[in-house]
Amino acid sequence: MDYFAQQLINGLVLGSIYGLIAIGYTMVYGIVGMINFAHGDIFMIGGFIALITFLILVSIGLTAVPVILLLVLLVSMAITSLYGWTIERIAYRPLRHSFRLAPMLSAIGMSFVLTNFSQVAQGARVKPVPPIITGGYTLHEGADGFVVRLSNIQIIVVITTIVLLALFTWLVARTRLGRDMRACEQDQTMASLLGVDVDRTISMTFVIGAALAAVAGMMYLLYYGLVDFFMGFVAGIKAFTAAVLGGIGSLPGAMLGGLLIGLIETLWAAYFSTEYKDVAAFSILIVVLIFLPTGLLGRPEVEKV
Amino acid sequence: MAANASQAKTARGPDAAFILKKAVISALVALVLFSLMIGIRTEAGSDGQLTWWTRFGDLAAMVAVVFGGSIVMELLRRWWGPVDTVRVVPPSAQKVFSFAGRALVPALLIFTFLVPVIFYDERYILDLGILVLTYVMLGWGLNVVVGLAGLLDLGYVAFYAVGAYSYALLATNFGLSFWICLPLAGILAAFFGVLLGFPVLRLRGDYLAIVTLAFGEIIRLVIINWQTLTGGPNGISGIPRPTMFGIPLTPGDDGLATLLRIEFSPTHRIVFLFYLILALALLTNWVTIRLRRLPIGRAWEALREDEVACRALGINTTTTKLTAFATGAMFGGFAGAFFATRQGFISPESFTFHESALVLAIVVLGGMGSQLGVALAALAMIGGFELFRGLEQFRMLVFGGAMVLLMIWRPRGLIGHRAPTVFLERNTAISSDLVKEGHG
Amino acid sequence: MNINDILSVENLTMRFGGIVAVNDLSFTAERGKITALIGPNGAGKTTVFNCITGFYKPTSGTIKLRHSDGEWRLERLNDFRISKIARVARTFQNIRLFPGMTALENLMVAQHNTLMRASGFTFLGLFGVPSYRAAEKAAIDLARYWLDQIGLLERADDAAGNLPYGDQRRLEIARAMCTEPALLCLDEPAAGLNARESAALNELLLKIRAEHGTSILLIEHDMSVVMEISDHINVLDYGVKIADGTPRQIRDNPKVIAAYLGADEEEAIAVMEGET
Repeated sequence: MDYFAQQLINGLVLGSIYGLIAIGYTMVYGIVGMINFAHGDIFMIGGFIALITFLILVSIGLTAVPVILLLVLLVSMAITSLYGWTIERIAYRPLRHSFRLAPMLSAIGMSFVLTNFSQVAQGARVKPVPPIITGGYTLHEGADGFVVRLSNIQIIVVITTIVLLALFTWLVARTRLGRDMRACEQDQTMASLLGVDVDRTISMTFVIGAALAAVAGMMYLLYYGLVDFFMGFVAGIKAFTAAVLGGIGSLPGAMLGGLLIGLIETLWAAYFSTEYKDVAAFSILIVVLIFLPTGLLGRPEVEKV
Repeated sequence: MAANASQAKTARGPDAAFILKKAVISALVALVLFSLMIGIRTEAGSDGQLTWWTRFGDLAAMVAVVFGGSIVMELLRRWWGPVDTVRVVPPSAQKVFSFAGRALVPALLIFTFLVPVIFYDERYILDLGILVLTYVMLGWGLNVVVGLAGLLDLGYVAFYAVGAYSYALLATNFGLSFWICLPLAGILAAFFGVLLGFPVLRLRGDYLAIVTLAFGEIIRLVIINWQTLTGGPNGISGIPRPTMFGIPLTPGDDGLATLLRIEFSPTHRIVFLFYLILALALLTNWVTIRLRRLPIGRAWEALREDEVACRALGINTTTTKLTAFATGAMFGGFAGAFFATRQGFISPESFTFHESALVLAIVVLGGMGSQLGVALAALAMIGGFELFRGLEQFRMLVFGGAMVLLMIWRPRGLIGHRAPTVFLERNTAISSDLVKEGHG
Repeated sequence: MNINDILSVENLTMRFGGIVAVNDLSFTAERGKITALIGPNGAGKTTVFNCITGFYKPTSGTIKLRHSDGEWRLERLNDFRISKIARVARTFQNIRLFPGMTALENLMVAQHNTLMRASGFTFLGLFGVPSYRAAEKAAIDLARYWLDQIGLLERADDAAGNLPYGDQRRLEIARAMCTEPALLCLDEPAAGLNARESAALNELLLKIRAEHGTSILLIEHDMSVVMEISDHINVLDYGVKIADGTPRQIRDNPKVIAAYLGADEEEAIAVMEGET
């Protein structure tokens, strides 16, 4: 029971990270109808930027942990957003009115570019980081000696996620930008005729998605203590699975899907096998798309003949 | 022409400010993007400690490249016009090309047959030729699924892997010869094709693509982890080389060389492999061309054009899709078996998503559905990769960048038209603007 | 179901979530005759078609089909089976040709099932067996016949996407006829056609009825076509049948006029009586 509780906690934390990435997928799919294959690699870049920023800050002598964390957060969000913006401008915007296949292949190409860029720029080896935040709370000590722990990092991840989610929901529901996004999602032409700057709205969607992925990257770095150039690929597919599971186009769905995927992966690895945990995630994707294509919280579509 | 040139010159005056501004903005963006990723280099030391140092020189160089590149791009844009009107072959030369076009295929074929003769001593060229032909065959195989039927398959490498591993396992465990294993590999791969096809029948476009990608990854992960069957990450080695219908190509007394009373040379085997893959590829090509003219092939293309209309005409789109998957998978399986016998050793590393993406890029670059286009695209891509021999680490970077550029410039591929499969009077090529790309 | 009827729609209801598109609709189509389905936009006509041809599964009701090959309950069949086995063909409101294929190829695709059988499910065809080649030639001949009927024989090798609009409409009908149907369902075949083209369409449909005995079910807005060629007309409004009868009866029916005018029946009668 204690073991299960621990896995539950771990799964939810991992799921929060997936959820943050999944939001980016679902927003972009909702507004331009494409799967941003490069989004997982944006997450990876966010992790790297966080790593480097952290190293610099520590080297110049900063020691106050909250200040470091905040600076790393801001810098990685800012720079990674710029990556997201640039990619949209270069690789997706010119293809907006092209064939369906074109943006997808362009995105795959961009994904390769980012992965290889990271590999070349920072070397192929995994980059480990000493734990920045240590300590936590013992929740329960079982009779068999198993300790259920909630670490400080886990708390930070969950709180950051909740804060960002709240901020973001407010953004979509209450601000002008959010309204523009929803309008573009429904009918781009009409939105532009009504004065919405479609290009800018789409750009902002990518930017926000990238910012959230950057946060996910930083959280991943803090939680697992390492980054490597290939982590975007698998994480990307899992996060996309989460977005689909929750219902593509639905923001709460993306978070819900993320939490579920995180839980399933952690529990599977704990109780069945660690090697096949990725297979579990991919299989879920297939199963969901076959049996529940609109996901848990999505809206069903009827095909017009 | 002169009037335009002088107009352009005077117009470039105020434009210079615009171009400069754009270049400066691009350079600034590049500065921010590259500041940390290039400007700082981290590395894990041998003791696990993370160290870092600065590379401001590299950073400055990259920013300068972006600055200069931006100026060059703008100038090109003014010179050549919008991206999609740029043609490699000016319209005036296209007439000549259509004459040459008809001669191209036979000429290429003859040349390919003669490659081992011409380059007999150059092992490197022969190996490259074998590699190119392998990808040509893979391209033609995937072409059935993506180009003809319009089903976006991002997991084609799975069938390649199934073919390779089936041959490897059958040959090493049961000692069956290549010629028996080849059809078995194809059948197994086709079976997996149907297995993949069934669940994804109702999926469209991007969803179909990502599910096939997931399927490809699952196959790879299963191969890596099912160590007792597949040897895991260590792969399978000692895969027997092919024989000329039972006669081995070895220096011994039972070898082919002794039989033909010629001096043995290791090149014999390479030449044999070359003609083997050539034969397999040509078989793929012949079957595809025949199938295109048969109702099943026409149904594939109709499926790509409009699935709803197909159903209204009484076509069972389910079986049509499944046969497309199965046929494409079968050819992938054949290619995989060949790959295994050529290398003598296979491991999961050869069957990553990168391979699927590469084959897909070849099919799209070739102009989906066009046999000649796919062949030329394979030649261009694999040949291009070879040029990067020394710069291996930049390969994916350039490949990815090339894919992006390709989609912006020529999303429909090199060959811009489709050849009808039956005609009453005239065999007129249909411009690819009219041909649908399929949504799966 | 009457002995003379080929199609009998009984109590058909189609619901999409909260919207009732078709409400308890019943009508019949007589064999060998041209039956029309008319009504203002949004009346549910295409929805009825989609139910008959299997693209929607009706919420309730039955659709019976009976002709020389047998009897079927269409609401239970798959869309492609309805075409393949029950021999019901259709055209679409927004033309659905295969634009990247030639006119001839479009008509060849229509004969897919016949040719598949003749090719021994591809295997015989792969080796060029004479029986397949004969079947293919027969298919080309049938295609040639229909291309001639619609006046597109010279453009047989042109891409369907390149053909002018009117020709595309007729090509779609020819393609449907190449499946040799017992019942031909046409969804607004005259949409976008000018007067001359509509007249040619009338001729074609009358010829199809006369020479091939095909029953035709027609959705149409163009009254010059409907009144000219229909043997029987059913009028729909808001998913419900409001009238049916011969063209003459429908033309003078105040309910029908009211529905089209968006007025109510009393106003229509008043207008009519004012006119006479």
